[in-house]
Amino acid sequence: MTTTERHATPMGYGRMPRKEDPRFIRGRGTYVDDVTLPGMLHGAVLRSPYAHAKILSIDVSAAKAHPKVRAVITGADLAGLDLAWMPTLSHDVQAVLATDKVRFQGQEVAFVVAEDRYSARDALELIDVDYDPLPPVVDAQRALDPDAPVIRDDLAGRTDNHIFDWESGEKALTDEVFARADVVAVQDMLYPRVHPAPMETCGAVADMDTVTGKLTVWTTTQAPHAHRTIYALVAGLPEHKIRIVSPDIGGGFGNKVGIYPGYVCAVVGSILTGKPVKWVEDRSENLMSTSFARDYHMHGEIAATRDGRILGLRVRVLADHGAFNGTAQPTKFPAGFFGVFTGSYDLEAAHCEVTGVYTNKAPGGVAYACSFRITEAVYLVERMVDVLAYDLGMDPAELRMRNLLRPEQFPYRTKTGWEYDSGDYPRALRAALELAHYDNLRAEQAAKREREELMGIGVAFFTEAVGAGPRKHMDILGLGMADGAELRVHPTGKAVLRLSCQTQGQGHETTFAQIVAEELGISPDDIDVVHGDTDQTPFGLGTYGSRSTPVSGAATAVVARKVRERARIVASAMLEVSPDDLEWEKGRWFVRGDPEAGRTIQEIALAAHSDLELPEGIEGQLDATCVYNPPNLTYPFGAYVCVVDVDAGTGQVKVRDFIAVDDCGVRINPTIVEGQVHGGLADGVGMALLQVMAFDEDGNHLGGSFMDYLLPTAMECPSWRLGETVTPSPHHPIGAKGIGESATVGSPAAVVNAVLDALRPYGVRHADMPLTPAAVWRAAQGRPLRTDLAIT
Amino acid sequence: MEITVTVNGRSYTRDVEPRLLLVHFLRDELGLTGTHWGCDTSNCGACVAWLDEVPVKSCTVLAVMADGHRVSTVEGLETADGLDAVQRGFMECHGLQCGFCTPGMLMTARWLLDHDPAPSEEDIREAVSGQLCRCTGYENIVRSVRWAAEHDTGRAAEPITEEVRAEVRK
Repeated sequence: MTTTERHATPMGYGRMPRKEDPRFIRGRGTYVDDVTLPGMLHGAVLRSPYAHAKILSIDVSAAKAHPKVRAVITGADLAGLDLAWMPTLSHDVQAVLATDKVRFQGQEVAFVVAEDRYSARDALELIDVDYDPLPPVVDAQRALDPDAPVIRDDLAGRTDNHIFDWESGEKALTDEVFARADVVAVQDMLYPRVHPAPMETCGAVADMDTVTGKLTVWTTTQAPHAHRTIYALVAGLPEHKIRIVSPDIGGGFGNKVGIYPGYVCAVVGSILTGKPVKWVEDRSENLMSTSFARDYHMHGEIAATRDGRILGLRVRVLADHGAFNGTAQPTKFPAGFFGVFTGSYDLEAAHCEVTGVYTNKAPGGVAYACSFRITEAVYLVERMVDVLAYDLGMDPAELRMRNLLRPEQFPYRTKTGWEYDSGDYPRALRAALELAHYDNLRAEQAAKREREELMGIGVAFFTEAVGAGPRKHMDILGLGMADGAELRVHPTGKAVLRLSCQTQGQGHETTFAQIVAEELGISPDDIDVVHGDTDQTPFGLGTYGSRSTPVSGAATAVVARKVRERARIVASAMLEVSPDDLEWEKGRWFVRGDPEAGRTIQEIALAAHSDLELPEGIEGQLDATCVYNPPNLTYPFGAYVCVVDVDAGTGQVKVRDFIAVDDCGVRINPTIVEGQVHGGLADGVGMALLQVMAFDEDGNHLGGSFMDYLLPTAMECPSWRLGETVTPSPHHPIGAKGIGESATVGSPAAVVNAVLDALRPYGVRHADMPLTPAAVWRAAQGRPLRTDLAIT
Repeated sequence: MEITVTVNGRSYTRDVEPRLLLVHFLRDELGLTGTHWGCDTSNCGACVAWLDEVPVKSCTVLAVMADGHRVSTVEGLETADGLDAVQRGFMECHGLQCGFCTPGMLMTARWLLDHDPAPSEEDIREAVSGQLCRCTGYENIVRSVRWAAEHDTGRAAEPITEEVRAEVRK
């Protein structure tokens, strides 16, 4: 069935139009900037023009005199409230408004509250800040130089820009494997700094009710409950007096996980003025100051036998974390889940070392559909495998097929300690190669090379690790990564599902209703999914890292099964038989051996609310709650093939075909799954060919608007061709894995491998993203560009 | 300045600052929040609405420039006869995820079909090439517009001309 056919609503899994669409196609969504409250004021942030400078003085008197200004807040004002600094998600602190010095261009310095949007901006111009510029640290590779300026002199005893060292795997064993290898291929590579750039920027409307003391914050957050707790801890507000509402969110991709200074300022502004305060950043503010992603400088070494058996992998990473260590990731994982860098291959040993450093750039680091740094890990291993294929003169698809984990090895414990739950990797790679007509492509390429035309075929295989996670191992700021679900069945058999996760476009209102439908036989049309309001939903850590289906999807299935068991007791009373004598078919309990004698879930729901006499100790109604603590991550995987044509005269790359075979376990709504893959593939093309946040030597941000930070349009994207395999997760209640980030994780390597394959006649073994025409041209000339700095 | 603008067939007279952007006029003055704002540089197209018969990026049009003109927004697509074909197409073909770019995409799609009732995939891609979507990878947007073309019964199409193309490219 194609998506263009008319669908009836399925009683469970299957294709159906989304329940959220009717409001969006009418322009009736409610995004944060659509929220307007009586008496609402508007905030604007004054930002630093310098990457690194001492603040000598701030004069706000002219701004305060502006007739429409109600308040001006500086770091000194916040210091008086003990709010000048806030904790980051990585146990560092970040300035809300700078007090001592500014540490990146675009850093928050002051906040104006005025009667309207434009006046607030006008008043920013009236603030006079006297800066004493300091030399900035722009190049991460120079951050640990002995003479590098110390960025974080606010931290006691800090004498350098070092944040952490982290390692994974067995060093001695890996060295031993490398020592006896026939071949060792070595490659440095950069996964440049990029930004998720959701269509909707970040913002908040904060409303402190001065009578009740209740603070309501409508805000762009992927994790409303975590935000509530953090506001309580940071601001000292009682948590039951905080309500976070995450209404419709215009895309997140990790950009909306953290708490930004603007949100805090809006809250303070509301407290100070007694009025609701709206703050919505503009696009430049979004790109320059909110969570970036990647910025991993990687040194890879891969060891193999002469005939292409991969033996080991060794990696050193320099991680640029910007001015504050604000990465959003589980506490025990300072490099995120980069530890899965062994990828999809059966090797003997592996070891990696990651060093994190401060630079004069915006904080962040884990964002943009990366599944906690798996983008970087997959890119590393997939580039290294291609480099090895280059050195061995082997076909990269064949080299992968020879080394992929085999189905019988699952569950598979990797050399760095991750337990992959299920997979049939060769089947997925074969499916992708068949869809691509790989042999024909290679023949076409050979013919084109005869004519000196540049065509490239890139192959990538990835294993994702999503659904964080087991609370024993995974927490964010001490909050275990479990998620709650509550299911209420009304007397007429209609239901309301309340979730702790938060959609930013993933279609939760549809998918999660379908899970309940599958479990209970109540139509998705009869189930409302409530999310994004902490007063109305159970606690949980939210949506990022592709964790909604693995964690909240599991919670939904479990809570529906609890309801089903409660319904069984009620049905047994209705039918006057023992619960043990009842059997379930979708939508009804019936007497074993007498299928006619049964009660539908709707009949049971009514009876559960009626005067029916229930067995001793059984409460009425069917409602249930659940907190799901995942036993393991889920491990989706996939095989991608990208085909490019490269213009030898200009270096322009045209992605002409892209084949993606994804395995995310059981698919709840295949249309939504495919849509998620499409979006991630476009991300991959964007990162591989267009997107980068580079800086000049003064620390000026060179990607501060969509004129400079280029995102893929419909013209850069081919018509994606998808395939699928289904390998259920053995530990997930419905066998589902995650899908939201798979394509973003897997596709950049496929595109880059394709471009470099096209450049093979020039002897190009590697070039860094983004492969813009200039970068391609320079690579072909043997003078590769350093893409992260404006230094040629 | 006092301006009078007809938005979705209804006349509004407001006293506005000369610098007020059309997108803010629509959203903040008239409460028509379906038209979104996504960048400062007319690159993203979340703010596309029609000024008279032509799609414009309302973040780079001053409200005063719309004085005496007609403006059409996503809120005007649905009529008493029901949803527009482009609205139905986007629902049928999963042409949206977060929904933020959708109003702009719908307005451009409606314009395209008014001028070209049977656009090719390439035509559709070119028509929306000034607009960004971060969720769909554009595939289902293309399918949605094609679905709409196949099911569009409502509006008379007039042929697309080079002049019109040039006007929209401005």
